[in-house]
Amino acid sequence: MYGKGIIKGLGVTLKRFADTYLDDIQWWGRRYYKAEGIAHRSSKDTRGVFTVQYPEEKLPVPEEFRYVPFLVYDDGTDGGKEVRCTSCGICAKVCPPQCIWIVRSNDPQTGRPIPEPTEFFIDADICMNCGFCAEYCPFDAIIMDHDYEIASYQRNVFNMQQLLKPASYYKSIRPLNYQRNDEERRAKEAAKAAKAGAAS
Amino acid sequence: MTTLVETETLDLAARFPGSAAADTRPGYSDWIVNKDKLVEVATTLRDEFGYDLLSHVTGVDYFPDKMEVVYEAFKTTGGPGVLFKVQVPRVDPIEVPSVTPIWPGAEFQEREIWDLYGIKFTNHPDLRRILMWEGFEGHPLRKDWHEPFYEEDFKPLKSRWPDGKYVSSEDKNPYKDNLQFPQNFDPEKVKIDGEAPLYDTLQKYTTVDGGIKTDHIIVNMGPQHPSTHGVFRAAVVLDGETIVSLKPVMGYLHRNHEKIGERNTFLQNMPYTDRLDYFNSMSNNWGYSLAVEKLMNIKVAERAEYLRVIMAELSRIQNHLILIGMLLNDLGAYFTPALYAFEERELILDIFEATSGTRMMCNYHRFGGVSRDLPEGVLEKIRGLVEDRLPRKADEFDRLLTENEIFISRMKGVKVMDAEDAVKYSITGPVLRAAGVPYDVRRAQPYGIYDRFDFDVALRHNGDLYDNYLIRLDEIRQSIRILQQAVKQMPEGPINSQKPQYQVRVPAGEAYGRIEAPKGELGYYVISTGKPNPWRYHVRAPSFINITALEKMCVGKKIADFVVILGVLDIVLGELDR
Amino acid sequence: MTDNKELNSPGYEIPEDLQHAVSITTIDRLYNWGRRWSVWPMMFGLACCAIEMIAAQAARYDLARFGMEVMRPSPRQSDLMIVAGTVTKKMIPAIVRLYNQMPEPKYVVAMGACASGGGPFKEGYNVVAGVDKFVPVDVYIPGCPPTPQALTAGLMKLQEKIDKESIRKVRWYQKGADSVELPIPVLGPDLMDPRRYNEIKMLAAKPAEPATESKA
Ligand code: SF4
Ligand code: SF4
Ligand code: SF4
Repeated sequence: MYGKGIIKGLGVTLKRFADTYLDDIQWWGRRYYKAEGIAHRSSKDTRGVFTVQYPEEKLPVPEEFRYVPFLVYDDGTDGGKEVRCTSCGICAKVCPPQCIWIVRSNDPQTGRPIPEPTEFFIDADICMNCGFCAEYCPFDAIIMDHDYEIASYQRNVFNMQQLLKPASYYKSIRPLNYQRNDEERRAKEAAKAAKAGAAS
Repeated sequence: MTTLVETETLDLAARFPGSAAADTRPGYSDWIVNKDKLVEVATTLRDEFGYDLLSHVTGVDYFPDKMEVVYEAFKTTGGPGVLFKVQVPRVDPIEVPSVTPIWPGAEFQEREIWDLYGIKFTNHPDLRRILMWEGFEGHPLRKDWHEPFYEEDFKPLKSRWPDGKYVSSEDKNPYKDNLQFPQNFDPEKVKIDGEAPLYDTLQKYTTVDGGIKTDHIIVNMGPQHPSTHGVFRAAVVLDGETIVSLKPVMGYLHRNHEKIGERNTFLQNMPYTDRLDYFNSMSNNWGYSLAVEKLMNIKVAERAEYLRVIMAELSRIQNHLILIGMLLNDLGAYFTPALYAFEERELILDIFEATSGTRMMCNYHRFGGVSRDLPEGVLEKIRGLVEDRLPRKADEFDRLLTENEIFISRMKGVKVMDAEDAVKYSITGPVLRAAGVPYDVRRAQPYGIYDRFDFDVALRHNGDLYDNYLIRLDEIRQSIRILQQAVKQMPEGPINSQKPQYQVRVPAGEAYGRIEAPKGELGYYVISTGKPNPWRYHVRAPSFINITALEKMCVGKKIADFVVILGVLDIVLGELDR
Repeated sequence: MTDNKELNSPGYEIPEDLQHAVSITTIDRLYNWGRRWSVWPMMFGLACCAIEMIAAQAARYDLARFGMEVMRPSPRQSDLMIVAGTVTKKMIPAIVRLYNQMPEPKYVVAMGACASGGGPFKEGYNVVAGVDKFVPVDVYIPGCPPTPQALTAGLMKLQEKIDKESIRKVRWYQKGADSVELPIPVLGPDLMDPRRYNEIKMLAAKPAEPATESKA
């Protein structure tokens, strides 16, 4: 019969239409604006309306999510910021579009380099969010951010002040990575202390 | 099936004494052919030895003394290919005979070499610039040609560290922008009509049909047109609604991928490959890592092999789904199927995002493995998709469209290409298989661990639009089959056989890594000189080469069919223009 | 009653029992409120970012909730140009032409690193380092590509910008030409902006700059 195929196809759309209401009823009160509901709507069993009502509800980003990188600082003992970066330059070297600019500090007296950047720029209008800088930084000093709501009315070249974020923020967005790095650091420090102890 | 071919030895030097010699440079292989004998050698290779599919043609600039044109041809029956090169001194005019008469698929590639290297192909039917515009100054891929924002030959650039005061590239350029002009140039005096050569090549004539004289009209579709899938343009000559002549115009998204790629280090190219075919960054990565791993001669970690297969096949599924959805859009059915397709795509992208960090630009492969293991719960998600949801949804698409009478009457019988022409024009991928040639790199020359999986090469025989649609559904189902096996078999273990390092050592030599990307054979031809940066980095982009036959496919059809043909060809501009 | 909240202009107290029925507003607010919820983007994509733009239009992120679902293929019917992707020199004449063809009020959003400032391909010879070199950009969204949610956030930023405009000051109700016409760049040996012809001529007449040439 001519038209059978069309009807069959329309059946699919009709089912989809009905599914919306069925799923709404089945998940009554839990489907929207709840973490559980969002998880359901991104699972394999989702049917019906698929929309995430951004900005009222936000699709959670996974831990590995990467946007523009930021620099981590630890809270110093005197309330200052202890920048983790040692200005080793690896991130600037590995960055594919070369959008990281680092000025290394030099000791005013000796002229020798000090492991701390004086200035650090990332041109966010070039950055390709590839994550290499964070991946290869040996000091976990540069981390890929989760904050994507950074639209602005001008171009975005971030300097060090804009890039710095506390380690606690890092911990909050990437708990697993933070934990892993923390353990590694501690192990390293312990090994160092043990070595120093053995030597003395 | 591949063993048969591999036993056969090919000795060009014996066959053409004096005009073909083995390439003996360390790390290189196969043949160097005398320029005058090129056409003869190529004809012999095609007709006597059966290398019917010309895979890629590209130039290499061995600054300062010679230029080289590299050809590689394969057999559609499978097996390794033959690589042969022509060397010419680097003094203008550089001329090499064209192989377009032998393999028409070389036409656009030779135009590209002319555009980017300034090598003239004698006997070429239509040698114009292809990616840059007519009137552009210089041939940009030559090693002594520098772009306006040029800083150094190789990255990492010294200005970034340790004294990296931020200066934008604009500030360093005298024109304060990405510009450079010849000495004493006066913009008011130039008269360049970049379009004239294009229109000259279009056939124009008037028909006298039963006493009524009809003029042919030229219609330009694109570069901004909703159905050209990006910034693609086609200049079409129409007789009423029928296409008489058609020329694709491209380069509107030419992002200088290869020039930048030759300045990058080997690792830095990885995220750039994501941006070629931006639907399938997972498979783009693979071709490149294959080529570089070949050069480095390293093994890939076992678990990583499985992860690569899983990601690439998921990517293929979402690519084909989008194609089907958008196809309906091209047919004028508006958005419903596209929206359905995007829903599945989102679920697949969730997996990519959780694993690699971004939805589209995954940057997932590393030489010797992959960058990250699956996070907790993701394997479950993949399992849920491939065991349950995707098969269901493939059937749903089947119900939605396959038997739709309107759909069938638009698609059935509109021939895209027959098998013989498809091979001649170097078409690869689903379009070739829909024409009845069972050529799939995963089977023809298996890479990774594809030889471990049980799957069929999807095949259709009519080569019309409808078959081109059906083969996409077939391939989705085959991919699901592969995925189901891969998910079951995946072992535990490390995900990289190498230590993480930001500067890899790649021995000198050449390598061509190719994979069956969702759009066709995606290959990377990489030359290393032992330095941290590749000397030559060429991408054999399936979209670009498949489009060579566009005119052949469209002439004689209606303009409305053109849109659909373009749809099933599955071009993506990032890859087409690079 | 979110709409009333947006419409009510500050300074007038409305008794609580009337709030659902009455709102006092200014012409500006009404005007902007109408415009902010019906920004029609042009169906116009350049590169990878365009795919995320389409994804934002699709079911999951559904820009229809912002009145932005009507992607117009014709510039004549659109209010917003989302420059989604790498702007190349070969393409910029077409982009400027499209911009000129859009009726006022018109807005431009630079989506992604490429459109904002050149992006990863900035060093390329065929790449325009930011579309703002040629057309005025209202909102810049960094990211490569910005996720659909980031795009939505950027578009909300644009809505905020629209909110701040005043009908008395907007350029399209001022005396003079209805709309700004930008000169179309010309493709010569390199990209030539007609506004800069004299400058180019002057600079090209200078002996070769050591800054760029000597390193070659
Ligand atoms: S790699 Fe890490 S420590 Fe080194 S310069 Fe970059 S951010 Fe600083
Ligand atoms: S994410 Fe990639 S492009 Fe961006 S700063 Fe880091 S290395 Fe550079
Ligand atoms: S910003 Fe990134 S994703 Fe967007 S067009 Fe440019 S390269 Fe592609």
